[in-house]
Amino acid sequence: MNRTKGDEEEYWNSSKFKAFTFDDEDDELSQLKESKRAVNSLRDFVDDEDDDDLERVNWSGEPVGSISWSIKETAGNSGSSQEGREQLKSRNSFSTYTQLPKPASTYSLSSFFRGRTRPGSFQSLSDALSDVPPKSYAPELGRPKGEYRDYSNDWSPSDTVRRLRKGKVCSLERFRSLQDKLQLLEEAVSMHDGNVITAVLIFLKRTLSKEILFRELEVRQVALRHLIHFLKEIGDQKLLLDLFRFLDRTEELALSHYREHLNIQDPEKRKEFLKTCIGLPFSAEDSAHIQDHYTLLERQIIIEANDRHLESAGQTEIFRKHPRKASILNMPLVTTLFYSCFYHYTEAEGTFSSPVNLKKTFKIPDKQYVLTALAARAKLRAWHDVDALFTTKNWLGYTKKRAPIGFHRVVEILHKNSAPVQILQEYINLVEDVDTKLNLATKFKCHDVVIDQIRWKN
Amino acid sequence: MAFPHRPDAPELPDFSMLKRLARDQLIYLLEQLPGKKDLFIEADLMSPLDRIANVSILKQHEVDKLYKVENKPALSSNEQLCFLVRPRIKNMRYVASLVNADKLAGRTRKYKVIFSPQKFHACEMVLEEEGVFGDVSCDEWAFSLLPLDVDLLSMELPEFFRDYFLEGDQRWINTVAQALHLLSTLYGPFPSCYGIGRCSKMSYELWRKMGEEEDGETKGRRPEIGHIFLLDRDVDFVTALCSQVVYEGLVDDTFRIKCGSVDFGPEVTSSDRSLKVLLNAEDKVFNEIRNEHFSNVFGFLSQKARNLQAQYDRRRGMDIKQMKNFVSQELKGLKQEHRLLSVHIGACESIMKKKTKQDFQELIKTEHALLEGFSIRESTSYIEEHIDRQVSPIESLRLMCLLSITENGLIPKEYRSLKTQYLQSYGPEHLLTFSNLRRAGLLTEQAPGDTLTAVESKVSKLVTDKAAGKITDAFSSLAKRSNFRAISKKLNLIPRVDGEYDLKVPRDMAYVFSGAYVPLSCRLIEQVLERRSWQGLDEVVRLLNCGELAFTDMTKEDKASSESLRLILVVFLGGCTFSEISALRFLGREKGYRFIFLTTAVTNSARLMEAMSEVKA
Repeated sequence: MNRTKGDEEEYWNSSKFKAFTFDDEDDELSQLKESKRAVNSLRDFVDDEDDDDLERVNWSGEPVGSISWSIKETAGNSGSSQEGREQLKSRNSFSTYTQLPKPASTYSLSSFFRGRTRPGSFQSLSDALSDVPPKSYAPELGRPKGEYRDYSNDWSPSDTVRRLRKGKVCSLERFRSLQDKLQLLEEAVSMHDGNVITAVLIFLKRTLSKEILFRELEVRQVALRHLIHFLKEIGDQKLLLDLFRFLDRTEELALSHYREHLNIQDPEKRKEFLKTCIGLPFSAEDSAHIQDHYTLLERQIIIEANDRHLESAGQTEIFRKHPRKASILNMPLVTTLFYSCFYHYTEAEGTFSSPVNLKKTFKIPDKQYVLTALAARAKLRAWHDVDALFTTKNWLGYTKKRAPIGFHRVVEILHKNSAPVQILQEYINLVEDVDTKLNLATKFKCHDVVIDQIRWKN
Repeated sequence: MAFPHRPDAPELPDFSMLKRLARDQLIYLLEQLPGKKDLFIEADLMSPLDRIANVSILKQHEVDKLYKVENKPALSSNEQLCFLVRPRIKNMRYVASLVNADKLAGRTRKYKVIFSPQKFHACEMVLEEEGVFGDVSCDEWAFSLLPLDVDLLSMELPEFFRDYFLEGDQRWINTVAQALHLLSTLYGPFPSCYGIGRCSKMSYELWRKMGEEEDGETKGRRPEIGHIFLLDRDVDFVTALCSQVVYEGLVDDTFRIKCGSVDFGPEVTSSDRSLKVLLNAEDKVFNEIRNEHFSNVFGFLSQKARNLQAQYDRRRGMDIKQMKNFVSQELKGLKQEHRLLSVHIGACESIMKKKTKQDFQELIKTEHALLEGFSIRESTSYIEEHIDRQVSPIESLRLMCLLSITENGLIPKEYRSLKTQYLQSYGPEHLLTFSNLRRAGLLTEQAPGDTLTAVESKVSKLVTDKAAGKITDAFSSLAKRSNFRAISKKLNLIPRVDGEYDLKVPRDMAYVFSGAYVPLSCRLIEQVLERRSWQGLDEVVRLLNCGELAFTDMTKEDKASSESLRLILVVFLGGCTFSEISALRFLGREKGYRFIFLTTAVTNSARLMEAMSEVKA
């Protein structure tokens, strides 16, 4: 890092020299010309502001490929234990190497992908580059260091694990006895590198029977978690379910099976799939949710078919006035309830699409029901329905206004749906707390209420 | 406003070297496939790549066309294809399908996959299974440290959080250790190390192992950075779950800062197009308000605007020569400042509008009540109403988690009722999300009799015994009791305030949450730095379920200069929030420290919740 300038130059020159021995010099020169031309043509499409940056790039006869050449040289020549360090050293010296082409523009890669790019301007660039002959490097040098095989068969478990950690190809075939395999796994776990743990597990999965593998992993929780995650990622659902079954993790088994429904697009097929989930060993609480999920989708399919028909027939006023924005399939229950309060409010309880039927089937709490119905009817400006929603009759036949969600919430929702002042006023007056009442009246500009309040206070 | 550092505060090391390193390595890798080639880039890598290179650099190294890796057949007609991807199974399947389609069509091309930041054996396995191993050459681009700002390094690995804290997969530990190794090679050695959490401990151990394998590297060097502190995200979920109210955090919560830059939409720019703005110390206006409580920002901006106006006004009454000077020397700077100022004013307005609409005041009130542990019933019904009204699913989930962690889990009856309502409001498939949250310990149900703390402490002492080690191991990354209330008391996280907390002149780190709460993570760091060890914090460590997972190593402290000892690298495994960054910057100014942040990704409550969510929004 603290190389002096002289050192650095020497280093670069020497590595340049080596690089040149591999390639035809004339070829390098012609390449350089091409690159120069390419860079100059770049200026056509980079922002003009950055022109001076471009000119600062110093090409000084340094062949374009020399940087990578020198790295390759160092990586190739050094022994395996040293290569990392060597590479790092050489990298360090680049960082102070000022002749490296600076980023020439603020041209953003992400913007490059946004929409269609400007083919015209890039055309010139690819033209400029197209006649560059492909360089032919010596194939051994082109090989990344990770692919150097070591044919030695005598790596100990710890050496093997270390090689795996460095991303090197390493045969595990010599670990044939169960004891060897487990020792390898334990070595991997003690190293903490999940990538290596998974590599060993892939080997164990291939060379051990399911039962033995599962049995051994049951007492090795860290490795077990890696196998589960690996199976999830590669989508080996069958083995995953077998594993959960073996471990007697019934809930995870059920959830894992249920998760698959997310990949099924067709509503009928999804519904059929959900049906198969109903009997699975969920917790009592979740079982009920799964049953509800199935019932909900079943309902939605019926409602959707019916309403699509009604809408296209064009005979029903509500669909003409308020065309549906999206299908109701796979929507949450509350959204479905809103939909049904919007389009099917007056339907008798017997029909699947009626709000009351939904409320009963899914045991929707009063509060939730009123909130949703209010939002839907207010959106339609059906103030009469809103009124009815809060009107209760006692046994003597007197009517009384009651709201399970509190009238201040009612007022807010009405205001959001731009209810007229007289309606707002009516509900503000039903708010019990005096301060809240005054606040709301001021906020929503119901002056009569404000005046009344103040008069009453004084 | 924007307090200066103490004069004796140490200088930050220059991290731009990391960018050059990454760029050089990429160029080297591109040249490994000589000749013209098309480059396929994974979407998640585009922004990080943008920060270190650009199209013309790629073009200079014979990249012809650029494509995004998507699940679509490639239209490229190039003879050489290069893929720059994260090591993910689905990417391998995509590459394999391209190669196999070519094979069917009798076409031969060269293929190269560059994995960033490292290759996984599982990926190679997929290539082998799909019959394309050998047709495709693989390489690694060890680009794991992106300097987002002068004091912030990000690994840009948001998936770290889910992979480790939900799935228990340790695949990124090697990446973390590598990154630490690189840092210690360039800026090290680090004389003293502290850490807390299982992942921290493992990363630390692997990093040390790497150092031993290549020893001699840092010997005899004078340390630049005196301390390193590693911290697992699950040590403190609470802080990450809170709504942010310092400017930078608020911008992140509202607009999402991505890889150090933010897209301000038309509502901010008050024009018809959106504007991409880099947010870092180079933005002079932003730099002065980023760590401020939002309530201070307005005043600052309007003061700034008045000053600017005054400076513009000076041109009246200038003679020709003065005018010439003004135009050539000051105008450019003023214009720049003007532009920045209007961007941030626009952002503030937009934030205000949004926050007023969602009743932010009441939300914050509920959060504070949860943190302090009073009116739990009211908070619960507030959350309930949130759910019933189908307010953002992520927000509802976040509040439920906050309730759960601060209360050591929900009472079973409440848990069931909230869950049912949630599923009804946002969709039954969230059953899977709840299962994930439970596994990660973010949203749990109190076991019957869980409130007997005396018995509980005895049991937990038993469990930390070696004999029982195996059993605890099995549940280690799974649901743990949070003990938040007790920890909060021990560490004094809720400041006692007489009268109003003056947010203009913060007295402690609690200012990042309006004076209501000192971030637990930051308090731990403060305490350990003060003591130079975990001594005296045993009880807290135990309550954090980190009995054997807090460590100290101060072998080389004698070599360190006093200046370097005030430079601290904090490593957040699983992500850190801008609020935590602001809080520690504040602590640094108070004590004459400088903090450097290394995080697997910058996170916030929404990102944490989305990572746990099974249904992608």
